[in-house]
Amino acid sequence: MGRYVARRLLQMIPVFLGSTLLIFLMMHALPGDPVRAMWGEQAIDPSQIARVKHDLGLDLPLWHQYWNYLSGLFQGDFGTQIASQRPVADVIADAFPVTIRLALFAFVFTVVVGISLGVLAGLRADRLLDKGVLFFTLLLVSVPSFVLGYAFQFLFAMKLGWLTPTVQNSEDFGQLFMPAIVLGSLSLAYVTRLTRTSIAENLRADYIRTAVAKGLPRRRVVGVHLLRNSLIPVVTFLGTDLGALLGGAVVTEGIFNINGVGRVIYEALNRHEGSTVTGVVTLLVIVYLLASLIVDLLYAVLDPRIRYA
Amino acid sequence: MPEATEGTATLPAAEEQAVPKSQGRSDGAKPRSLWSDAWRDLRRNPLFVASAVLILLLLVMTAFPSLFTDASPRDGNLQGAFLKDPEYGKVFSAEWLGYDGQGRSIWARLVYGARASVIVGVVVTAAVTLFGGLVGMLAGYFGGWLDSLLSRLTDIFAGIPFLLGAMVVLTSFDVRSVWVVSAALVFLGWTQIARVMRGSVISCKQADYVVAAKALGAGTGRILLRHILPNAVAPVIVVATIALGGYISAEATLSYLGIGLADPVVSWGIDVSAGKDQLRNAPHVLLFPALMVSITVLAFIMLGDAVRNALDPKLR
Repeated sequence: MGRYVARRLLQMIPVFLGSTLLIFLMMHALPGDPVRAMWGEQAIDPSQIARVKHDLGLDLPLWHQYWNYLSGLFQGDFGTQIASQRPVADVIADAFPVTIRLALFAFVFTVVVGISLGVLAGLRADRLLDKGVLFFTLLLVSVPSFVLGYAFQFLFAMKLGWLTPTVQNSEDFGQLFMPAIVLGSLSLAYVTRLTRTSIAENLRADYIRTAVAKGLPRRRVVGVHLLRNSLIPVVTFLGTDLGALLGGAVVTEGIFNINGVGRVIYEALNRHEGSTVTGVVTLLVIVYLLASLIVDLLYAVLDPRIRYA
Repeated sequence: MPEATEGTATLPAAEEQAVPKSQGRSDGAKPRSLWSDAWRDLRRNPLFVASAVLILLLLVMTAFPSLFTDASPRDGNLQGAFLKDPEYGKVFSAEWLGYDGQGRSIWARLVYGARASVIVGVVVTAAVTLFGGLVGMLAGYFGGWLDSLLSRLTDIFAGIPFLLGAMVVLTSFDVRSVWVVSAALVFLGWTQIARVMRGSVISCKQADYVVAAKALGAGTGRILLRHILPNAVAPVIVVATIALGGYISAEATLSYLGIGLADPVVSWGIDVSAGKDQLRNAPHVLLFPALMVSITVLAFIMLGDAVRNALDPKLR
């Protein structure tokens, strides 16, 4: 087990370096000069621009900038936001808890509703309920999250008046309810479908027949034998999905006026400011890599037949 | 050591990537290939028929928008038609679905907007399938260091969040045409197909017919194109058809955020974005383009779903 974790961590290094380098280069290809943009339309002495660039290390060769960036990362330094001269780590620290709260809410919603729907449909494969659930997931996949967001806002907030149209207080779970459902809707469809297929397939397995034959109550057969064996593809999906939820927050946070990471990214992109975007996306890549490692380790918990030498 | 981590996650029920073996020939009966079997299945599936009709309609709209409306999608009449409400009685006329905040017929904009969505969807899917398919095939067939290299490269691109990455790519372009948006989506989207193709090729490269072809002295190119490709391509087609709907959705999302297509291109995403400030007093400006995107994506996803059911013998 220990050796396996070590090997996986080593394998993550080139992927991590590659992803950060790719984002770093992409941000450098952006046109426009964020340092010059600090003064807007004002006339400015070029030597002053050069001094700010020198202070931020932006006059160094590209490889040197990347090296500085990487070594900073390991000390928890995600760079400096050019416009406000604030460390990106601070900006992230302000915005991230809000997005994390939203994403976790969406995640829990996805897991609970998705797995329950999937089990219900999978146990009655090809019956009316199953067909209904399948069609419902097709609909969910088809509606882009910004469409769903406005549809919910229009229907539940403006027409029915049940909920507030935008989030005023991100600590209030009641207000986060609608954005979280919108954010999680796509994953909900995937989780439901994966669970449903997996359950329907495993229902025909020998060990299920054995469990039924030896007289176990149905609750135990479904809840322990069937569910545990069927969850592996679902867990795989959920691991990679956490990063997608954090990324998808760009759209949801915009619609519901939430001051999270998505907002920060969107505003930074509009200012052509690389350091903030690079910092946030790097963080998301780290989350993604760690989540896929955890997923691999969870396999062994779910299925003891999988051993890591 | 689990190998299940790759490529299983990104689409519904895609975990069944087993290569469909061609059906055994029953004695006396006409030999049926996987493809003719699948086609027979498809024609009987009502979801497939519905989605095919919708897609056909969209294609006609893309090619000849003037068949559906006389109104121009770009000429606005601010004085006479500012945010005018829909007149549902006048089906298919310019007034049918009302007018937007610049006095332009919403129905005309829906019709002309089909072009951007369909082109982006088709171009991205084609490019992703060709490039991702090539990478996956080379990695799967040759294995060894080439596989390690290509797989790590795939991991690197897959590690970057799709929508965010596309946003970063697109901000570096001042003129964002349909082709630029497509290129940005291809840049980050090919990894899924590459992983599926790699797994699919690996599962059939040891097959007897490949060994036999090698023994007969067939060259690598011939083996790959004539023997491996036809037997490994089914899962790729399934993933690609479903992904097409996803790319249309991604284009609409990017255009909505103001980072995708921009005026004068007519795009449903732009229209949704333009309607969001009038949601309370003129909801039709936002709701109709939003509905149109959803119906279009639904048509392609239903098609992909039907194709998967037809091509995957495990589900029968």
